[in-house]
Amino acid sequence: MLKKPMLEIRNLHVKVNDQEILNGVDLKVNAGEVHSIMGPNGSGKSTLAQVLAGRDTYEVTEGEIIYQGKNLLEIKPEERACMGIFMAFQYPVEILGVNNTYLLRTALNAQRKFRGLEPMKPVEFAKLLKEKAKIVQMSDDLLQRSVNEGFSGGEKKRNEIFQMAVLEPTLGILDETDSGLDIDALKIVANGVNAMRSKERAFIVITHYQRLLNYIVPDYVHVLVDGKIVKSGGKELAFELESKGYTWIEEEDRTAIPANA
Amino acid sequence: MNNIVMQSKESYLEGFEHFEKDSLVNDPTWLRSIRRAAISRFSELGFPTIQDEDWRFTNVGPIVRTPFQLAQNGRIEIDSRELERFTFPGLECNRLVFLNGQYSPELSSIGSRVDVLKLDSLAHALMLDGDLLDEHLARYADFQRDAFLALNTAFMKDGAFVYIPKGAVLKEPIYLLFVSSANASPTVTHPRNLILLEDNSQATIIEDYISLADDVYFSNAVTEVVVGQNSVLSHYIIERESKKAFNISTIRFQQSRSSNVTFHSVLLGGALVRSNVHPVMVGEGSECIINGLFMPTGRQHMDNYMRVEHASPHCDSRQLYKGILDGRSHGVFHGRIIVHKNAQKTDAKQTNKNLLLSNEAQIDTKPQLEIYADDVKCTHGATIGQMDQNAIFYLRSRGISEDTSRVLLLLAFAGESLQRMKVEPIRRGLEEIVTQRFAQGKPLDSVL
Repeated sequence: MLKKPMLEIRNLHVKVNDQEILNGVDLKVNAGEVHSIMGPNGSGKSTLAQVLAGRDTYEVTEGEIIYQGKNLLEIKPEERACMGIFMAFQYPVEILGVNNTYLLRTALNAQRKFRGLEPMKPVEFAKLLKEKAKIVQMSDDLLQRSVNEGFSGGEKKRNEIFQMAVLEPTLGILDETDSGLDIDALKIVANGVNAMRSKERAFIVITHYQRLLNYIVPDYVHVLVDGKIVKSGGKELAFELESKGYTWIEEEDRTAIPANA
Repeated sequence: MNNIVMQSKESYLEGFEHFEKDSLVNDPTWLRSIRRAAISRFSELGFPTIQDEDWRFTNVGPIVRTPFQLAQNGRIEIDSRELERFTFPGLECNRLVFLNGQYSPELSSIGSRVDVLKLDSLAHALMLDGDLLDEHLARYADFQRDAFLALNTAFMKDGAFVYIPKGAVLKEPIYLLFVSSANASPTVTHPRNLILLEDNSQATIIEDYISLADDVYFSNAVTEVVVGQNSVLSHYIIERESKKAFNISTIRFQQSRSSNVTFHSVLLGGALVRSNVHPVMVGEGSECIINGLFMPTGRQHMDNYMRVEHASPHCDSRQLYKGILDGRSHGVFHGRIIVHKNAQKTDAKQTNKNLLLSNEAQIDTKPQLEIYADDVKCTHGATIGQMDQNAIFYLRSRGISEDTSRVLLLLAFAGESLQRMKVEPIRRGLEEIVTQRFAQGKPLDSVL
């Protein structure tokens, strides 16, 4: 019997301020897989991530998203998180006055409550935090500071992966987590993700650059252009894109389907 | 005289004549002349109107139009258990309780350490410490300029008198609780506090204004504080009265050389509240930190009027006021800084940050710098904003409910102010009150 995918996106159309950003995205993600979504600026990569996380400034005009057999579009962002969806933000928000550790404990316990579990004991939580902090080399200082406040770009991205490691989602969505990182930070982030790869868990890695995929090796690569997935393939596709550039795909796309300019 | 109803300027003047004849037979002569000067000044000034620059954003019409009686002189009995819901758990302190403006020895609790200091009711101190009071009472808060201050000065009867001798360091705070109990008709009280810190002393004073019932009344309070050389004072005023109460207060600090004052203002209750904060740094090298949090909701009106005077060189002042406004409330922050000609090397900073939670809430924020010296550093800044939707989404995307996310962010905003409060039971108690207010009865996730 064929296993049902963890996530299925069908014919997704999304508008922002009356402008169509996604026009007919289809994607299936099974447990245990890593999918990479690549594409030029403005192709709709981040929109896709935000819609999956539940941002309400995006208007879904057509299509559906099924996650674990449920219609995701009817579910609040916090419930999606409780159901195991985690998005690492491209631009993590600074939250003055909310302690990083405090945020994580509140989030973790809210998620546990949703799953019918007791709040985690403070000692246990401290242990978990310490263990996960090691993976992404988060210092105590960063843990105790306000969320992302005064963090460098690299620290913010590491914090996202750290949060993901603590919350242990079923579906991790990384929105350009590699952008702007130096090679050391990139390796730390990639190691964090690789340590979490498992048969039960899936990842959608959104990136502008092929570089990240040297460290997080995807099972599938999809190319998003003008709000549509125009090409899908294995990890080789990423190398091809790196050498030929996005224009190659865009041109190929244009010859195949008339552009709606 | 208790039947005298005061509703307009004339009736206040008439009320004073009766008050003077009936209640002030034991008044020392120096005080009598101060009272007379004050009432005649009130007669000249009348109640302020919005044409008055200092009252531009606050219409005191509702106070002027409400007929008030002076609070009863006869003692009102209340059970100390009625005060329990207002206590700050874990607060070890010397407590003076004033019931409708009058000192209540039964409800007060003064520990044994009091031998080093004086902790008394003003009414009692007037009989015992006449000379000390003559020297200080009504010598700092200038009634020439303010009608409500003039009224308080004319009508004052009781309040707290605190005297901290040279070099004394008080470990426990002095907690002054002003209770208004149920009244048949609207009453007015004029609490008057005098606090004297001699040189090299250190103390924490908390003024807390509460109501036992949802009554209309008017507290017109004045506190004068004299801070001696090299002394350190931390002073709190907490306003959490009935949503129908009127509260006008003035706190006036007289700061000597190298003195250090930290003032915390928390406005939560009241229908119409005006808080005048007036430190004067007369001694070189003194420092004043003013930390305020005001949270009007419904139709509440809260006006914070600062008058920070640098009268000597090398003094620092910091004002940080945070407003969280909901419903159809109206908030005001008027931050006046006056740097006198000789106050070189002044370092004054003023910040007012506001969060508007509804479309109908309104804030007026106005800095006003008057600088007569030429080598000073004065900065001011004000912000008005709404809840950060990006931050709310970020928290929700981690699994935290929308309500809890809101409360977390509001607490974080208020927290900047609350965290400056060093008396832990007070800070925790206020955090609790503020959290309840933000949650509006909704359940919150886990650790909050």
